[in-house]
Amino acid sequence: MTQLYISVVVNGLMIGAIYALVAVGLNIIFGVMRVVNFAHGEMVVIGMYIGYALWKYAGLPPAAAVPVAMVTMFAAGYIFQRLLGNDFVDKPQHVQFVLYIGLALAITGLNAMIFGPDPRGIEAAASFAVYTIGPVRIDASRLHAALAALMLIAALWAWLRFSLTGKAMHAAAENIVGGRAIGLRIPHLFALTSGIGMACAGTAGALIAPLYDTTPYLAGEFTLTAFIIVIIGGLASLPGALLGGLLIGVSEAIAALFIDPSAKSLLSYGLLILVLLLRPNGLMAAGRGPR
Amino acid sequence: MTKQTSEITRRRLIATGVSTLALGVASPAVLRAQSAPLKVGVVLPLSGVISFPGIATRRGTELAVKMFADQGVKLDVSFADTESKPENGRVAAEKLIRDGAGVIVGAWDSGATISAAQACEAAKVPLVVNVGSAPQITEQGFTEVFRNFPPATEIVGKGLALFKALPRGNGFDPKTAVIMHVNDTFGEAVMGGVKAVWAKMNIDIKIVDVISYDLRARDLSVEVAKAKATGADLVCPITRVNDAILIVREMVKQDYNPMAIYGPSSPGPYEKAFTDALGKYSNDYMTSVPWYDPSRAITKDVLARWAKEFPGNRFELNSGFGWEGIQVVVDALKRAGSTKPADLHAALKATNIADHPMAGGPITFDAKGQNVNIAVPLLQNQGQEPVVIAPTAAAQAKPHLPMTPWSKRA
Repeated sequence: MTQLYISVVVNGLMIGAIYALVAVGLNIIFGVMRVVNFAHGEMVVIGMYIGYALWKYAGLPPAAAVPVAMVTMFAAGYIFQRLLGNDFVDKPQHVQFVLYIGLALAITGLNAMIFGPDPRGIEAAASFAVYTIGPVRIDASRLHAALAALMLIAALWAWLRFSLTGKAMHAAAENIVGGRAIGLRIPHLFALTSGIGMACAGTAGALIAPLYDTTPYLAGEFTLTAFIIVIIGGLASLPGALLGGLLIGVSEAIAALFIDPSAKSLLSYGLLILVLLLRPNGLMAAGRGPR
Repeated sequence: MTKQTSEITRRRLIATGVSTLALGVASPAVLRAQSAPLKVGVVLPLSGVISFPGIATRRGTELAVKMFADQGVKLDVSFADTESKPENGRVAAEKLIRDGAGVIVGAWDSGATISAAQACEAAKVPLVVNVGSAPQITEQGFTEVFRNFPPATEIVGKGLALFKALPRGNGFDPKTAVIMHVNDTFGEAVMGGVKAVWAKMNIDIKIVDVISYDLRARDLSVEVAKAKATGADLVCPITRVNDAILIVREMVKQDYNPMAIYGPSSPGPYEKAFTDALGKYSNDYMTSVPWYDPSRAITKDVLARWAKEFPGNRFELNSGFGWEGIQVVVDALKRAGSTKPADLHAALKATNIADHPMAGGPITFDAKGQNVNIAVPLLQNQGQEPVVIAPTAAAQAKPHLPMTPWSKRA
């Protein structure tokens, strides 16, 4: 049984790291622009389809899709923000909601038209590979995806903290008027933020493409999970997103093992309610109020 | 002396009248109906989480419409999407009836079918059920429902009887089983049926654990780890296609090698998406569901036309019953000689179609509107294709048991 417990907790941690990368994208967009991206799960699904399409039609290994998804989704996010998103940053929230929900519906419809509703899976050797450590078997694809997600989160955190552009994004997030006064190119910084956020989601999608079969209708679950993680970890906090992701991943695994697999969501939502009651701003809130 | 005359006599008038009447009766009623083709409303989940089988059913429906059009029976078919939401069945059926549909066909999902049946009952428009296994569809007293699909309990009963009769020995003699099932209406209903039938049939395999999971689960690693920890010889997944893929993939990764995997009344493993996603690992998986009879001439015609119309797609349960849904309507239309719902309803009650693609006896409906003649064979994936392995009379191949361990698959 010890082997079972170890496997389950390790699995939970690995899934949690991937969840965290998805949530980081949502968090950074909200943190800098105070915009809630309801189409975030759709970006994950696009990343998954990029992984599937490159494997199926170009014969590339699943890992090769990761940089492609990252660059493509960054470009898509940047262009979207420059062409449309920036006009909505200062609009009332309900107007922003309509934009992003509309975007989500359009992407889902487009995915259904291009790929159909059938589940699309990657049948590569990597999808079935495992590492054996003593009696414990670790899913190789999941481990690679989790390590890549952790490295990306760490790199992004360091870039935001130490690079000049990262500091400028922080400044724009803290005080947009002040940022404009000192000459920050706010539209460019917002576009950069949108690009990074969507790149995180797309990259996470490409990383999990060998693990899950893709359908156009997966997005809602990813968006919901990302919201829960962001609320638990703390809005606008990258370490919070990581902590939230790991907590959700492990709690789901433990609930499935000790209570019932059907009760996976029960513990996640229970955790969410507890955090909202005890620390309404999240476990590691960045302390930013409305702009 | 013979008298030649062109006068209208009483005898000639009667003869002409009778022959005209006879001609009218004898000519295909459907030809008279063609002046205003029958409007058929088809309700299916064409978007959303269960759109995959919904679209497969649509393909079968469209194929039947084309094939019957070639025979001179033209239908005016409109599709309405439930968006995979049960409550939308009623809305979709009402819209189609408002638009003039004389008969409704649908709705793949049991919940949407019950919801559509309420609209059909109110409007007195017949509902021909193509796919939908919840027993209550024909147990709620609906008078407009004609279901050409077996209830879940019947599928489970017939399937388990065939499974129980499989020859034991040569490494296949399961003593313990673990059941994994999706926790939605379908999964719970089938699970209840399995438990009841298992006890009733005195199946000598002990169920050591029942593991349920959420329909939207993206990861079933813990569920499979729990199943593996039981050490069960037999795994019985009650799934749809996505979760069936997840379960097998996890079993491969965790190197869980039971003697057999058998899904009683479990859609999914026969889908092309399943065999494409899993390749060699899709083999040996068994399921019992209604299936087509490959030996019939009509099935061969349908399969040949299917290959031309939908290359790369597999004709299976959903497309098969989609096809037969239209066949039932066309048959009723021919006999009713009318596009009025009441006439179609009367004709549907007298349905008796001996020549049809899906395995089983003639399509007839009992007092509750249920076709009780549908066969449920045992299928096993072999060479990445589903084949019938039981009953012996219909078998295309012998059972391959115990299943080949994952690591030894070429």
